[in-house]
Amino acid sequence: MAAPAASPKVELRNVNLRYFGIEGETEALKDVSISIAPGEFVAIIGQSGCGKSTLLSLISGILLPTGGAVLVDGKPVTGPNRKVGYMLQQDYLFEWRTILENAVLGAEIQGADMAKASARATALLTRYGLGQFLHHLPRQLSGGMRQRVALARTLCTEPDIVLLDEPFAALDSQTRLALSDEVAVILRRERKTAILVTHDIGEAVSMAERVIVLSRRPGRVKSDHAIRFAAAARPTPLAARNAPEFNDYFNTLWQELEVHVEG
Amino acid sequence: MSKVDTLTLAGASPQYLAWLARERRGQRVVRGTQLAILLVFLVLWEVLPKALIVNPVLTSYPSALWPTFLELLKSTPQQASILVHTWATVLATVLGFTGAMVLGTAVAATLWWWNALYKVLDPYLVVANAMPKTAFVPIFYIWLGATLSIYGMSLAISVFITILMIYSGFQGIDPNKIKLAQTFGATKGQILRKVVLPGSVPTLLAALKVNAGLSLVGVVVGEFQSANLGLGYLIQYGAQIFKMNIVMTGITILAIVSSLMYLAISWLETAVMRRR
Repeated sequence: MAAPAASPKVELRNVNLRYFGIEGETEALKDVSISIAPGEFVAIIGQSGCGKSTLLSLISGILLPTGGAVLVDGKPVTGPNRKVGYMLQQDYLFEWRTILENAVLGAEIQGADMAKASARATALLTRYGLGQFLHHLPRQLSGGMRQRVALARTLCTEPDIVLLDEPFAALDSQTRLALSDEVAVILRRERKTAILVTHDIGEAVSMAERVIVLSRRPGRVKSDHAIRFAAAARPTPLAARNAPEFNDYFNTLWQELEVHVEG
Repeated sequence: MSKVDTLTLAGASPQYLAWLARERRGQRVVRGTQLAILLVFLVLWEVLPKALIVNPVLTSYPSALWPTFLELLKSTPQQASILVHTWATVLATVLGFTGAMVLGTAVAATLWWWNALYKVLDPYLVVANAMPKTAFVPIFYIWLGATLSIYGMSLAISVFITILMIYSGFQGIDPNKIKLAQTFGATKGQILRKVVLPGSVPTLLAALKVNAGLSLVGVVVGEFQSANLGLGYLIQYGAQIFKMNIVMTGITILAIVSSLMYLAISWLETAVMRRR
């Protein structure tokens, strides 16, 4: 495991999670230990049902582990944390709110200064090319535009850590490539610590500098890969797809996942 | 993508114009048929009793309604003006369904807040909703007196279905929207105010539609029994003295009142939903 130099931003120590239901209990995560450095962009891949999304819920504090500890900035997570922003699989924009009103939702819930939040959201939306849609309703926007509003909503509360739960899964493939490129660039520029959950190997390799593979349920860390490109500067995700190393990483990870299909 | 302005139709293709003409013709046919049904009904109602095919004492005629209405407009020492009767009925109905909306939303929110309470009360609510509330008209009269019993029936008849409809609307809110609010650290109260209530506006409007009609039923049935005012009372009175003109005038005004209520709610719905 690549040991981060600085004290970790996010740390999972022997985390266990069981879901309880009338029909029985499900072990979703077993003995998961991951350490993520400040500013790192990590992707977590695994097959559906391996507990990837559960991992994000634990880091965001909306779910607490049944065993082990989750730490953000060295402090145990006991509930939702303002340092953590969460982008869900779909935009879940509120259809009764305008774009701007949607973007300031988090700030509003957290009781932040609304004048500042509005200004920040306006700036973010304008930067994402949505300046003329501030007072439109979500249904008037395309899927890609809506997901950009969701990104603005996440970043408006100024989190240090951004959790991305397959945030492009609902988009068509062109929009998906373009938007994942945009999002990776934005998050790197703002030096956010980012954790992306996906089952798309290409997306993981092109966006993240580290890819963690989870085993099938109960999810455990199967392997941990540093993604390095020979180019001096880290290529953008779209450029990374053309880099010679891309296919090697892709094939390695593909085999890692394949093993679980057979075994 | 070029879009043709429907108002000017400049640059519209002939196919589009033809399609538009067909659509409009279709609309006219529907409206025309609706009007024709009403006319046929009124003509039959006028002609059949006049031709003595049905007994005019039992049905009255449309042409007799207007003179009866003018007659009933006057207030006499024995009888209040029909406007006063209409107002009493409308007031009781509006009070009833407004009360049912407020109380129903409050109870539904409480049940949403304490799920255990919902689990306990669920069977009672379902039975209370299935009960014919009008069976309580005599008891309400004894408990509450003439006026309050009408208001009580107007509320009682619509409040349980309102609770059930709104609660199920609350349950139908996308859990991911709630999860989203939770990721920002939303409290339960914030989830209710910012996600569940605004997300349930379409349900509230649907409940209002059901409600308004039911409350009118409650009021009229209540007035049959206990009132000396209101259209229900007037209809009952007309039937007792065997004056079908009075009965039919009262019923016609009820039909107009319920149409106007429906229009008002539709207007409200359009106004609210324009933002969605």
